[in-house]
Amino acid sequence: MTERLGQPQAGAAIAQSEIPAIELRGIGKSFGPVVANKDIDLVVGKGSIHGIIGENGAGKSTLMSILYGFYGADTGEIFISGKKAKIPDSKTAIEKGIGMVHQHFMLVDTFSVVENVMLGAEGGALLNKGIAQARKELARLADEYDMRVDPDAIVGELPVGLQQRVEILKALYRGADVLILDEPTGVLTPAEADHLFRILEVLRDQGKTVLLITHKLREIMHITDTVSVMRRGEMVATRKTAQTSMSELAELMVGRSVLLEVDKQPASPGKTLLKVEGLNVVDERGVRRVKDVSLEVKAGEILGVAGVSGNGQSQLLAALSGIIRAHTGQIEIVGHKLDLSDKHGAAVMREYGMSHVPEDRHKMGLINAFPEYENSILGYHGAQKYSKGLTLDIAAIRKEAEERIEKYDIRPPSTELQVAKFSGGNQQKIVLAREIECDPDVLLVGQPTRGVDIGAIEYIHKRIIEMRDAGKAVLLVSVELDEIRSLSDRIIVMFDGEIVGERGPEATETDLGCLMAGVRDGDQPS
Amino acid sequence: MYETIILILDSTVRLSVPLLFACLAGLYSERSGVVDIGLEGKMLGGAFAAGAAAYVTGSAWAGLGAAVIVSIMLALIHGFASITQRGNQVVTGVAINFLAAGLTILLGQAWFKQGGRTPQLEHSARFGEITLPFADSVKDVPYIGLLYSELISGHNILVYLSFLAVPFTWWVIFRTRFGLRLRAVGESPAAVDTAGISVTWLRYRAVIMCGVFTGFAGTYLAIGQSAGFIKDMSAGKGFIALAALIFAKWQPKNAMFACLLFGFLDAVAIRMQGQEIPGIGEVPVQIFQAMPYILTVILLAGFVGRAIPPKASGIPYVKERT
Repeated sequence: MTERLGQPQAGAAIAQSEIPAIELRGIGKSFGPVVANKDIDLVVGKGSIHGIIGENGAGKSTLMSILYGFYGADTGEIFISGKKAKIPDSKTAIEKGIGMVHQHFMLVDTFSVVENVMLGAEGGALLNKGIAQARKELARLADEYDMRVDPDAIVGELPVGLQQRVEILKALYRGADVLILDEPTGVLTPAEADHLFRILEVLRDQGKTVLLITHKLREIMHITDTVSVMRRGEMVATRKTAQTSMSELAELMVGRSVLLEVDKQPASPGKTLLKVEGLNVVDERGVRRVKDVSLEVKAGEILGVAGVSGNGQSQLLAALSGIIRAHTGQIEIVGHKLDLSDKHGAAVMREYGMSHVPEDRHKMGLINAFPEYENSILGYHGAQKYSKGLTLDIAAIRKEAEERIEKYDIRPPSTELQVAKFSGGNQQKIVLAREIECDPDVLLVGQPTRGVDIGAIEYIHKRIIEMRDAGKAVLLVSVELDEIRSLSDRIIVMFDGEIVGERGPEATETDLGCLMAGVRDGDQPS
Repeated sequence: MYETIILILDSTVRLSVPLLFACLAGLYSERSGVVDIGLEGKMLGGAFAAGAAAYVTGSAWAGLGAAVIVSIMLALIHGFASITQRGNQVVTGVAINFLAAGLTILLGQAWFKQGGRTPQLEHSARFGEITLPFADSVKDVPYIGLLYSELISGHNILVYLSFLAVPFTWWVIFRTRFGLRLRAVGESPAAVDTAGISVTWLRYRAVIMCGVFTGFAGTYLAIGQSAGFIKDMSAGKGFIALAALIFAKWQPKNAMFACLLFGFLDAVAIRMQGQEIPGIGEVPVQIFQAMPYILTVILLAGFVGRAIPPKASGIPYVKERT
């Protein structure tokens, strides 16, 4: 194994002659009328990190769930180390050496690390022997793979990164040779993600096979040896990572070339539509989260608010949109002055011509259990056009929802489907459609592309630029620096509740990075 | 005065037993994620079976066996509806209660023609009191003698079993593989499923355990405490046991103390009948009888800290499309 790493050329030749760790032939799976996987072939080499990339809803998770025995495939064959295998349930998959780290961790929050690791592999009807053995094995794995976790810690109290480590340990404890990771970095901070990648490299070097499912191109390029691309339930290509590029993969994923750079004209700002002066927000624990923030957004410009998450951006958005009340300060929306003695809430803000795409669409933007058409009027349900006397005019609401689905290319095109059943990108489009179609003067947008696939990101960015070009004032809050830099006409950076600097769109990443770390304009880096 | 206290405690123990069995029964079920509001019905069904079988066979043990079988069958109906068919657990549990209430009277009347009761049992067909060694000889030793001979000795076997069931349940839940999986399935059935363990089979085993214990509770009511089945003799004890379980935060040891508390209130209520309280005078007995229920309301309203139930409690498990 080690020689192979040293000589990639020779290694490739050997790898081809080897029996693959996993081979899938002609896998197909449908859920009712929805085809999730169509005739999929996949070969995964032993001792490699194999990435599977695709947009949300491309069928990656379904494919891996079939391999892990969570679903049965309708058609096709699975070969493990060259031997044909039937995997009717997860138990069989585990026996065959397949382990899986799910996107939503399959852990018992109230259990200790040891209890979680041994669940299902207790080694006897009584626990005491099994616990001792699990402890010993955990210590060994910790040494071998550099994955230390306190075995007695309660899992629910661990940070997410460590919880994920417990998931990996769980799989290794069961003797997994093939480790499937489903969107492992979605919940991790960049530092935690880096640590995870180091662990995966160690695992590979020890001869384990890693299958990494993700929709993040950067990760694929960074960590994988081979990458397979899925699109709408089909496997469209497999490449050696060294021989491909981000743009090729992006194109394969969406089936057409993607503008990673946003195409836009210089702004032509008009009069000020949103003006904030001396805004202070104190949270329920008495901590000042927003400190003396003053800003202006003019018609026809996008003001980007950058910053590491948790530096007061969320509270700023919440105060501006009327969800929480600021402590002191003044807000002026399209000429309506609001001071804190005013009774204002989100509904009043909407009346004044401000709409809001919240940061967390699940908590604030949508009601997951409601169908699409009901979600399409949330917050605007009192409007005259949706009413028929005392009742809602369902027919009119449906008709408008249909038009928006068409206009915003929301898929699947169903007004009746529960919002929870849409992919992240399509959910975001539902919120965006609702907040844009009411024709606001000021648009607040929080994390518009969090958990959204590439195709939808491009679309959402285009819509936001269109709003600007139509002469609206846009305030964009995002933790994605690329997004801020490509969309904004002006950028302000928040650190610890304060605005620490303002830049133009040409600002470099290092410059903004310094501001985000709290180095102010006044402070001279000596 | 000391004697009075011992007597009240003695009846506290006796009155706690059916609650304790039922409470532990509910513990198995709810720890696995199956909310069991049907404890009452299973207890009643078990009581009837015990009364009827003990009368027909003349054997208390046959009565216990029949009670356990009937309770398990009722538990399996609950299990089939709520685990296999993924029905609403509360509604199914309520249905079990009505089923048992109606069926026991119907069958009792059809078989024994005594208005829904089972015939009075001979002493030999009941669980008799066990006198522990030396109970008689130490009787006259001050304090300890009375404590031993009245409070500790002189109960039937089910009483001792109910208190032994507490450490037994603790051991099963916290020291065995079955217990680990049981706790896991009540918190996160998906984790259990992905670990390659059958959620369905695990939950069925939990409701069967629940059936066994409610069978013991019913047996105690019909042929331990009384000399036969009387209609509706469970009289809300299943619900009190459920309240005790929540109060106990699903812990076996706490369950014992919670049941003893409810038993104590019951014992005091019985004791206070017709008694005068100095300074107040005679207090209507209904006030004391209402105490357990008032306490239930107060406890469940959250005055005694927050009780966090097993996370998956009440939710049928469906493999989700990811």
